[in-house]
Amino acid sequence: MSKSLISLEKLINSELSSKIQNSSIEYDELLIEINENDLIEVIQFLKSDENCKFRQLIDIAGVDYPDEEKRFKLVYLLLSHENNNRIKLSIKFETNQTINSITKIFPSANWMEREVFDMYGIKFKNHPDLRRILTDYGFKGHPLRKDFPLTGFNEVRYSEKEKKVIYEPVKLEQNYRNFDFESPWEGTKYLKTINKFEKDGKKN
Amino acid sequence: MVKKTKSLNLNFGPQHPAAHGVLRLILELDGEVVEKADPHIGLLHRGTEKLIEQKTYTQALPYFDRLDYVAPMNQEHAFALAAEKLLEIEVPIRAKYIRVIFCEIGRILSHILNVTTQALDVGALTPSLWGFEERETLMTFYERASGSRLHANYFRTGGVHQDIPTKLVEDIEKFCRSFPKIIDDLESLLTDNRIFKQRNVDIGLVTKKEALDHSFSGVMLRGSGVPWDLRRSQPYEIYKDLDFKIPVGKNGDCYDRYLCRIEEMRESVKIILQCIEKLPKGPVKSIDGKISPPKRDDLKQSMEALIHHFKLFTEGYRVPKGEVYTAVEAPKGEFGVYLISDGSNKPYRCKIRAPGFSHLQAMDYLIRGHMLADVPAVLGSLDIVFGEVDR
Repeated sequence: MSKSLISLEKLINSELSSKIQNSSIEYDELLIEINENDLIEVIQFLKSDENCKFRQLIDIAGVDYPDEEKRFKLVYLLLSHENNNRIKLSIKFETNQTINSITKIFPSANWMEREVFDMYGIKFKNHPDLRRILTDYGFKGHPLRKDFPLTGFNEVRYSEKEKKVIYEPVKLEQNYRNFDFESPWEGTKYLKTINKFEKDGKKN
Repeated sequence: MVKKTKSLNLNFGPQHPAAHGVLRLILELDGEVVEKADPHIGLLHRGTEKLIEQKTYTQALPYFDRLDYVAPMNQEHAFALAAEKLLEIEVPIRAKYIRVIFCEIGRILSHILNVTTQALDVGALTPSLWGFEERETLMTFYERASGSRLHANYFRTGGVHQDIPTKLVEDIEKFCRSFPKIIDDLESLLTDNRIFKQRNVDIGLVTKKEALDHSFSGVMLRGSGVPWDLRRSQPYEIYKDLDFKIPVGKNGDCYDRYLCRIEEMRESVKIILQCIEKLPKGPVKSIDGKISPPKRDDLKQSMEALIHHFKLFTEGYRVPKGEVYTAVEAPKGEFGVYLISDGSNKPYRCKIRAPGFSHLQAMDYLIRGHMLADVPAVLGSLDIVFGEVDR
């Protein structure tokens, strides 16, 4: 599988040389980083090109890096049945940017983009129906952003007084305990060093 | 004279026995013909992905049982494979066999539920009564291996939690010998049943191209004639050493998908029997003490084991930086985990790719132009479980 991946990487790099920012093969998986403005063209190429034939969109995954200038990352996972290949396509962009929707190319992107919008607040241009999908009706905020608290802001319960389900701010009996394993003592670096040692050993 | 007609909006669900969970479907009807379907999902949304980001890798695993709760171990498998890929560790061969046995049990569990409830949706009660008895037997196998019938939490990074007793292996084998007869019985009730056929043949047609465009996987894809099964095309664990067939449909309707599921159950039985026959002896989890917990006996004897135990159950293990996507052929289709690690003991991001999500998305396109009574039939053949759709 890795041989065909290397040739695929070469092919994509030569065909789309100006649009590829970076490409790498790690863990037997091909990752291609592109500019967010080239998204439509690149995906169209990957879907229609005779040697690529990525006919199926598997998923769209959003990632949040709050400390970086380009805060959000979207990863498009594509699959080609004919060539038995997978490819990951990633774009990075800033908070308020709108991204082109790929629903015209892959109808299944509809809900996937809705989910990304719901979870991260990323807006898509030319999306036919950009509504929230997984969260509650009238929900505020974007839960998978790193600055969204795990407990959320509101909780619901049935009120005997009002005879209906009501929303209230979250009350916690006990603070959420988040153990930080990074700082106290020296943590455990042993796993990393052992791994490094083994890798070095293999190379020599 | 022109008669004005108004389309009728109908709320199907969220509490409806044929909705297979908490689905709210807003149907636009013209008489009895469905013009548009708008599924509202998320009523069972529990924020699994957010929760996983806060937990160590070991603690994240049980969340996968709660996704597709009809075949829990298949989900765990995808996550375990992802973590193993990042850690670059080997799984002992016996663990691989045990994993495959339980994944196939999961497949049978899921397919029994789906086939029988699909029959229930179109009016046949008996299959579900017969099928659930078998499901119960299978779930006792789950219980005997892991301690719980449903939320097993049995697979671990680097292997499985515990070895299975010989008696259990014998009982699974006994079950596999008798189960094909049960499938025959189910088939005698359904396959040539006139009502079942009338309700399913040519309903919910999907062509090859549309199946690809709508990101279908698993039976939904194979029912439309695309020979694609991850166990065969991108084999993981020991699937490439096993002999099994991939049933592929012709017409892509509900009936073909039903037939595929029935055949897949028979193939699963074959796979389990082969695994039992070949089942090797040896350890069932990685021998790397930094990943898998030490034996209970060692805790009393060895200082190192004690430290490992303490570290593993407080801090967990750290996973090297990187991002991987691993997919397994779950009973419902391609179940994938896209895992990003930042080098700490918790996943930075864990995107779960649930097959049911894409399948339900196509509901609008599948049901358009069909009658209202076909909605449960199509929904049944999509094999929707809301645990995984809503996550």
